[in-house]
Amino acid sequence: MNTKYLNPYLGGVLLGLVLLAANFISGRGLGASGALKSVVVQAANVITPEHAENAVFYKEYNHEHPKGPMRSWLVFQVLGVVVGAFISGALAGRLKVKVEHSPKITSKRRLIFALAGGVFFGFGSQLGRGCTSGSALSGMAVLSVGGFVTMAAIFGTAFALAYFVRKNWI
Amino acid sequence: MGPLVVNEIISSSTNFLFAFLIGIGFGFVLESSGFSSSRKLAGVFYGYDTVVLKVFFTAAITAMLGLLFFSLFGWVDLSLVYVNPTFLPSAIAGGVIMGVGFILGGFCPGTSVCAAAIGKIDALVFVGGLILGIVIFAEGYPLWESFYKAGFQGFPRINELIGVSQGVLALLMVLVALSMFWVGEWAEKKFPREEY
Repeated sequence: MNTKYLNPYLGGVLLGLVLLAANFISGRGLGASGALKSVVVQAANVITPEHAENAVFYKEYNHEHPKGPMRSWLVFQVLGVVVGAFISGALAGRLKVKVEHSPKITSKRRLIFALAGGVFFGFGSQLGRGCTSGSALSGMAVLSVGGFVTMAAIFGTAFALAYFVRKNWI
Repeated sequence: MGPLVVNEIISSSTNFLFAFLIGIGFGFVLESSGFSSSRKLAGVFYGYDTVVLKVFFTAAITAMLGLLFFSLFGWVDLSLVYVNPTFLPSAIAGGVIMGVGFILGGFCPGTSVCAAAIGKIDALVFVGGLILGIVIFAEGYPLWESFYKAGFQGFPRINELIGVSQGVLALLMVLVALSMFWVGEWAEKKFPREEY
C-alpha cells in the first residue's frame, strides 16, 4: 500500500461531506459527465450552429438551458475539480506528465484502451443520465432507485468483464 | 433553511461560486485518496486494492446520514433536494456500457479529470474518449431517443420501493457498507500486490 494517500475511510467521510455540502447549498449532487456534455453542446453551437439548431439532442439541450450550455453548475464544479486535484497532487509531489500502465503492457496499448474506455463511458453516461458521480454516488445519497440500479450495473459489469482484460491491470 | 439556493438565501451566481469551491473539495479528496491512478481504481475488480469500494460507500453513507440528520433538525427540506429520475431500461443499459468503459479505461469521468489535472496522459486520452462518446450519443440520438426515454417511473426512493422508512434504510445501508468493507479488507490480504 502506498501510504502517501489518505486513509480511504477518512477520504470517504470527507467526500461524503463535500456531497452533503452540495446538497445543502445547491440542492443537488456532484457530477462530471454533465460538464463534458455542456462542452460538447457549446462546441456544436459554435462550430456547426446550423447543425446544432436542427439536431434533436442539441436542440433539446439548448431549449432546457436558455442561458447557454456553459452557464451550468457542473461546468463550474468540474473546473474546481481540476484545481482541487492539482493542489492535492502538488502537495503530495505527484505532479508528473506520464502514461501510467502495468509493466506487462506498452504505453500504446494503455492509451488505446483508455480511449476505448472513454468512448464507452461517455456514451453510457448519456444513456444512464449521469456517471459514477452524478448518477451512482449522488443518486445513492438521496436513495434514488435509478442511482442504485446504475451503480449495480456499472460495478457488476466491470466485475464480470475483469477476467478478460486482466493482462491490462495485473 | 437549505437547500440555500432553492430557498433563495444565496443567488444563482453565488451558487456557481459554491459549485467551484465544492469542485475544489471534490477534486482534492479524490486525488488525495488515490483516485488519480487507474491502477489503484482497477484494483477493486481484482481485489488487490479496494480503495474505490471504501471511499465510495463511506461517502454515500456519510452524505445519506448527513442529509437525514439535517432534515431531522429542520436544516434542509429534502423535498427540495434533487432526486435522480428512474428510467430502468436506460439506467441498466447505460450502467452496463459504463461498466465496460470502466474496466477497459480504468477511470470514470470524475477520476479521469483528476488524473489529467496531475499530468496523466492516459487520463487525458480517456477524457478525449468521453467527448467522442458523448458526440456519438448526440449525433445518433434519434436512433436511441425512444429507448432513452422509455420506462419513466418518476423519482422513486429505494426505501419506498421496499416499504421502510428512510432511517431504517440508512441503517441497512450502513450494515451493508460495513460488511463490504470487511470483504474489501479480506480481499486485499488475499490478493496482495507489492508495487503498482
